[in-house]
Amino acid sequence: MHIKAVSTVAFALSFAVSGAQAETLRLLTWGGYAPEDVIAKFEEETGHTVEVTTSNNEEMIAKLRATNGGGFDLAQPSQDRITSAQEEFGIYKPIDMSRVQSDLFIPSMLEATAGNTTYEGEVYGLPHVWGTSGLVVNTAAAGDVKDYTDLCDASVSGKVSYRLKRPTLIGFAYSMGLDPFSAYSDTDAYQGILDQVEAKLTECKPNVKTYWEGGDEIKNLLRSGEVVASMAWDTGGWQLNADNPDITFVAPESGALGWIDTFALPARGRADDAAYDWINFVMRPDIAAMITNTAGNFTAAVDGDAGVSADLKARYQGSFDQEAIDNIKWYPPVPAGLEALEGATLDRVNAAN
Amino acid sequence: MSRDASRLGLLLLLAPLLLWLFLLIILPHIGLFVVSVSEKVGVREYEIGFGNYAAFFTEPLYWRTFARTAIMSMLATALTLILGFPIAYYIAKLTKGRTKTTLFLMCMIPFWVSELVRTYGWMILLRETGVFSNFLQYVGLTSGPIEFLYNDAAIMVGLVYTSILFMVVPLVTTLDSLDDSLIEAGYDLGGTSLSVMREIVIPHAMPGIVSGCIVVFMLSLGNYLTPILLGGKDSLWFTGMIYTQFITRFNWELGSAFGFLLLALSSAMVFFGLKLSRQSLSNTMGR
Repeated sequence: MHIKAVSTVAFALSFAVSGAQAETLRLLTWGGYAPEDVIAKFEEETGHTVEVTTSNNEEMIAKLRATNGGGFDLAQPSQDRITSAQEEFGIYKPIDMSRVQSDLFIPSMLEATAGNTTYEGEVYGLPHVWGTSGLVVNTAAAGDVKDYTDLCDASVSGKVSYRLKRPTLIGFAYSMGLDPFSAYSDTDAYQGILDQVEAKLTECKPNVKTYWEGGDEIKNLLRSGEVVASMAWDTGGWQLNADNPDITFVAPESGALGWIDTFALPARGRADDAAYDWINFVMRPDIAAMITNTAGNFTAAVDGDAGVSADLKARYQGSFDQEAIDNIKWYPPVPAGLEALEGATLDRVNAAN
Repeated sequence: MSRDASRLGLLLLLAPLLLWLFLLIILPHIGLFVVSVSEKVGVREYEIGFGNYAAFFTEPLYWRTFARTAIMSMLATALTLILGFPIAYYIAKLTKGRTKTTLFLMCMIPFWVSELVRTYGWMILLRETGVFSNFLQYVGLTSGPIEFLYNDAAIMVGLVYTSILFMVVPLVTTLDSLDDSLIEAGYDLGGTSLSVMREIVIPHAMPGIVSGCIVVFMLSLGNYLTPILLGGKDSLWFTGMIYTQFITRFNWELGSAFGFLLLALSSAMVFFGLKLSRQSLSNTMGR
């Protein structure tokens, strides 16, 4: 009786304490990065509640720009898109490294991301999930497709799909023997590269069945056999590989394009405590493995790959040997204003007949 | 005293409409206009000017896309009218009672699900591994799969399907109000089916035709989902272009200018449409 009363008091106290700290974390992220079971576990451990909005790089920036960095407490843009957005719109606030358990992060990735997301001396991003874009190919029907420009080959005419976005421009440029990343700082040189890629993509257009927009759309097209070769994300290829062993992700000869999605704090986010709690929670090796198993991509967490399913590891190793890993082209930060040039190029490709 | 009270009553009754107009229509448009006349000169630097509007007229891609959108919307409107008129005539004049209600309801049932679901329905029907392609192979009309999706015809099908209800409803209402005895009198005076249609039915239905056309034209011009999902690689649609400017190019200034041009040009088109058909807006919409 006495013990029960004490435990009731303790329970009420603990509830009151956690109630005082509990916040609602409004998370702006990608599909798969905040699985239901991870959220449930986080809410149970910390008392915070999580509201997830799934999005993509462009929409994240557009949403935060519309509110001057409000409406969300934690965002997950790719690391190359942070400094230019910060410079143009001022939508993020710096990361307080003292509140992050940095020993949870793989040091080299933490350092590289910090370097790429530093603006005026402050760090704005922490690495979370990384992956690549490359080719997802039905090897039975289009085994000859080994590089981006092979998508323009007559043998796969009408059965090709890629996005009309900046990764396509970059991938084709590398495949054509150009080096777009080193021309980032030189607008004229970059425009020269864009013009060559534009000519190639226009010439390639009759080969394309449709420009895909969403991950589900391209998976449907590949699964039904309507498309046999595409430029897409590695996870899409590995997911399809589980259903149809012929379809898989192929790292292109000119190099897969590597991206890192980060944690960044919106400028007017209200629940910083919950945001740091979430960061420190999902970087734990056991939680990181849960996220890798649903999202399909590996994380920057130390030992995060230990709990990952053997199937996924086998598919990853099947697509990437050491040489392919070394050949990954990691996106450097995009200078402000470059996207306007790319946009004009993409518009002209879209309009070409 | 009572005048003041009735004036207050009128104001209170008007308040929701005025608030709606001001907060949701006028205020955002002022904001949009301010954004549309600011030109970007550098990082976080803007100056006032009409460069964004000039860009629309100097870059052929933009005005060509607009013209294409307008022409395809007009074509969709014409097709909807041609398909919708017989349906409306049949419902209004040739059926009675329960059959009439049932037919009217059948026109509406597809609109109980969202536009997105209906568009995906068309994608399932039209795609290369879809229902039509498989059926044609099954009955032996073709030997290989056929792609119906990702072209302008697919956009047209989607647009007509999405907007046909908005043509049928005003047509049924106006045709309902036409007294059958007028049609009979026309035949009694020796008119043929064609001349009765031309001299009696169509003039009477004109306000319904024009209001249906205006609504369908506006819906098609402002449609985003259908052209993007069904149109594929060549499906340039002006609303899609506005979305791209806002979301993927971060160019709100040009996007806002496009928004205003869409508003102005579509208003102009409706105005000329009314002039051509010798109808007034109050005559077509006020019924």
